[in-house]
Amino acid sequence: MSDTRQFCTLHLAGHLFGVPVMRVQEVISYQVMTRVPLAHDVIGGLINLRGQIVTAIDLRKRLEFPERDADQRAMNVVVHTPGGVVSLLVDAIGDVVEVEDTIYEAPPETLAGVAKDLILGVYKFEDHLLLELDIDKAVNIDAPLELVA
Amino acid sequence: MEDGMDELLAEFLVESFENLDQLDQDLVVLEQAPNDLEVLKSIFRTIHTIKGTCGFLGLSKLERITHVGESLLSLLRDEVATVDAEIATALLAMTDAVRAILVEIEKTHAEGDVDYSALVDTLERLETRAKGEPEADAAAVEPVEAAETVEIPEVAEHDRLLGEILVATGEVREVDVAVGLINQEHGDDRPLGEILVDAGVADTRLVADALAEQREAKSSVADSTLRVDVALLDQVMTLVGELVLARNQILQYASTQDVEPAFANTTQRLNMITTELQAGVMKTRMQPIGSIWSRFPRVVRDLAAQFGKQVRIEMEGKETELDKTIIEAIKDPLTHIVRNSIDHGIETPETRRAAGKPEEGVLFLRAYHEGGQVIIEILDDGAGIDLERVKAKATARGFITSEQAAKMSDREAANLVFLPGLSTAEKVSNVSGRGVGMDVVRTNIEKIGGTLDMQTRPGAGTTIKVKIPLTLAIVPALIVSSGGDRYAIPQVSLLELVGLDRDSARVGIESVHGAPVYRLRGQILPIIYLDRELEVADGDDASNVTIVVLKADDRQFGMVVDQVHDTEEIVVKPLSPQLKSLSGFSGCTIMGDGHVALILDVLGLAQRAHVVSEVQEQQGVGDGTSHLADTREPTETLLILKVGHEGRAAVSLAAVDRLEEFKREDLERTAGRDVVQYRDTILPLVDIGASLGYAPTDEYTDTVQVVVYSNAGRMIGFVADRIVDIVEQVITIQQKSDQPGIVGSLVVQGAVTDLLDIEEIVRSVAPFYETLEEVVTSV
Repeated sequence: MSDTRQFCTLHLAGHLFGVPVMRVQEVISYQVMTRVPLAHDVIGGLINLRGQIVTAIDLRKRLEFPERDADQRAMNVVVHTPGGVVSLLVDAIGDVVEVEDTIYEAPPETLAGVAKDLILGVYKFEDHLLLELDIDKAVNIDAPLELVA
Repeated sequence: MEDGMDELLAEFLVESFENLDQLDQDLVVLEQAPNDLEVLKSIFRTIHTIKGTCGFLGLSKLERITHVGESLLSLLRDEVATVDAEIATALLAMTDAVRAILVEIEKTHAEGDVDYSALVDTLERLETRAKGEPEADAAAVEPVEAAETVEIPEVAEHDRLLGEILVATGEVREVDVAVGLINQEHGDDRPLGEILVDAGVADTRLVADALAEQREAKSSVADSTLRVDVALLDQVMTLVGELVLARNQILQYASTQDVEPAFANTTQRLNMITTELQAGVMKTRMQPIGSIWSRFPRVVRDLAAQFGKQVRIEMEGKETELDKTIIEAIKDPLTHIVRNSIDHGIETPETRRAAGKPEEGVLFLRAYHEGGQVIIEILDDGAGIDLERVKAKATARGFITSEQAAKMSDREAANLVFLPGLSTAEKVSNVSGRGVGMDVVRTNIEKIGGTLDMQTRPGAGTTIKVKIPLTLAIVPALIVSSGGDRYAIPQVSLLELVGLDRDSARVGIESVHGAPVYRLRGQILPIIYLDRELEVADGDDASNVTIVVLKADDRQFGMVVDQVHDTEEIVVKPLSPQLKSLSGFSGCTIMGDGHVALILDVLGLAQRAHVVSEVQEQQGVGDGTSHLADTREPTETLLILKVGHEGRAAVSLAAVDRLEEFKREDLERTAGRDVVQYRDTILPLVDIGASLGYAPTDEYTDTVQVVVYSNAGRMIGFVADRIVDIVEQVITIQQKSDQPGIVGSLVVQGAVTDLLDIEEIVRSVAPFYETLEEVVTSV
């Protein structure tokens, strides 16, 4: 008998990413955001989540994918992180899936750059791959910048 | 039962900790003035109370220590012995032991297994020695013996017993009270006080005082105050913050939509209640800064003894109040600064004597309110900081280049000590000098929105000025927009607004070597453009602009914004960790329409734009107490108003709260006076022109200019025809006036101007206020 895990899936520039269901607080539609001047450009802005101010991180920019089309509105996936609640901006939200450990594989060695840092592993489905996102690293925008500097 | 005990224990702990702080302070005072009987009695009372309660709670170890301490104290109180350094040290050690045991009890509900027998022995030895010094006076020693043999029922009830109060004053012996009580038990139905007076052991005055104290204790402690869990207060504060947000949203809705009058009224009521609730909750969280200063005399005494220095501590403004969270947050940084001053600042007596200074150094703490902030100054008259060494060290560590070091002003150099890893102490002591310290102090002060500034004069001393906000949670702010977004500017940094239309903006903002400046009343004001600083400029410079005049770090600069909206009470929320490193923003908030706005960090922006640089003020410490001597002729800032047809009047800007403009149609009349609804209250208006007999003007305007003045919660609006200017000048009254409401005339900008006597005019409106308050309370 193998262990299973539940992932909330997110669509991002043609890829399917997964984050552990337990980390997700809620998924909400497009929200008006307040831009934060001078901030790192992965910061999408600030949203008002029922009186709580939440920083939104644009996963496309974080993962260095091309920018979203102007008419495409991002969804917010609100996740818990050690530093508080953060919203991840994604293209669309998928199903919640249950995956078995047997189809897990470590990320391929050929991954480079941010992908290598932010992808924890790959779950192999028959017709597609599910990439597990390292939420904590994804929301930590200071560390990689320092490395660059 | 168990719970009841726990509660009692908790109460005992809280009270005892408070008492211990007082004790530390008293003991230090006592060492300076060994014959101060009042202080001795106060110390005796404290220990006596702790001892009494721990007997009741079954805390035997604590009881043993306090018991021997009390015995020693009673000898001192009865002047059988006098306090010397050894006794003071032993008593302080006793306080420490008591504190340690209390901490242990708090943690584990048990006294712990630390052995204090050495301390007990010392105290007993001192007691024996004290007894031996003069010829053993049996009468003086007797009370101690009596205390051991005759046990009066101790504080079994919450109300303090009369007998206990009398014993605590130190003028009635426990044994006499016990005799009195026994008499009562055997049928003597006179009150205890009377028995004691008749027996000649207490005089009537003493009993009367004790009765008064008993009554006071009953009413003030038991009935009118309540201990509240801070966590609960924090929660209430958060909720009030949310309520303020919700209120703002409703207000916004009510003002933009066409709402029913009933709803509008309710909104108004909600608005008022929220404001009052907010003020009330804030008040519950205010604490005097003295609550953390009280431990400094002890810290200073111990450190001074450790380093072989002589230091006197002086404090001013102990009663200055601050939010509890802030008090907690500044406790450690302040202690660190105090330690540093003694360790590095104040020299040894020999060095001081050689330098021609008194051997005893002075550490002066001062706190006061200024412009919605609290200023805490820590001054010492020590050696000051060797700036060349600081610079050399900073250069060696690579924080600055030698070029920068050469150009650096003294003030900038002094502030280098706040850099991490920079310590100029020659010797590393266990107190300070390890280079971790001042940077942590700064980080902690800045974390709560405060600033820190250091000035030093070699050989004369160092001043550290800490500025901190009164409260963190809710602040008034001006909302501006720039580059299409709204930003909040905390009112504390705001000085004034200057509106410029498109043409005057082009002419008014000049350039000095590429740096934009504006001439504000003849003074050059450096200008920054908010949109450019934030890199959100949309390239559209065509429209009207407003210069927001700000102060950061005592320096002024102007910030050009696209538009100024309104002032609003905003609830400050912290930035997420992803945004913490941004200079330029201090937090964020939710606006009335539900959108998020960033709060500008004025100092951060100014530093980014390099408009904050050196000014001349070099204020050092002379002798630690006589500072801030201002020798210049005092100037005053005056607001110049046009009143009536061609009258000119001036009021001191310091007296002015705000300037407002109201639509003439909004003016209403009540109790025979023009009023206007303003900020949840009724603002009575005084037409300066009419009331002071200036010829009326024939111009008619849709709006009225109102100078709002507030004092003791009452606001009054002075109606002027036009606000002419603000000038700063020395006030020289040319001609005194007999007319009530006018101080006299003076010449301002070449024109004769009447200086108004605001106080006098306010007094004339006082009856109106009383009527208004009667009306309000009778509703």
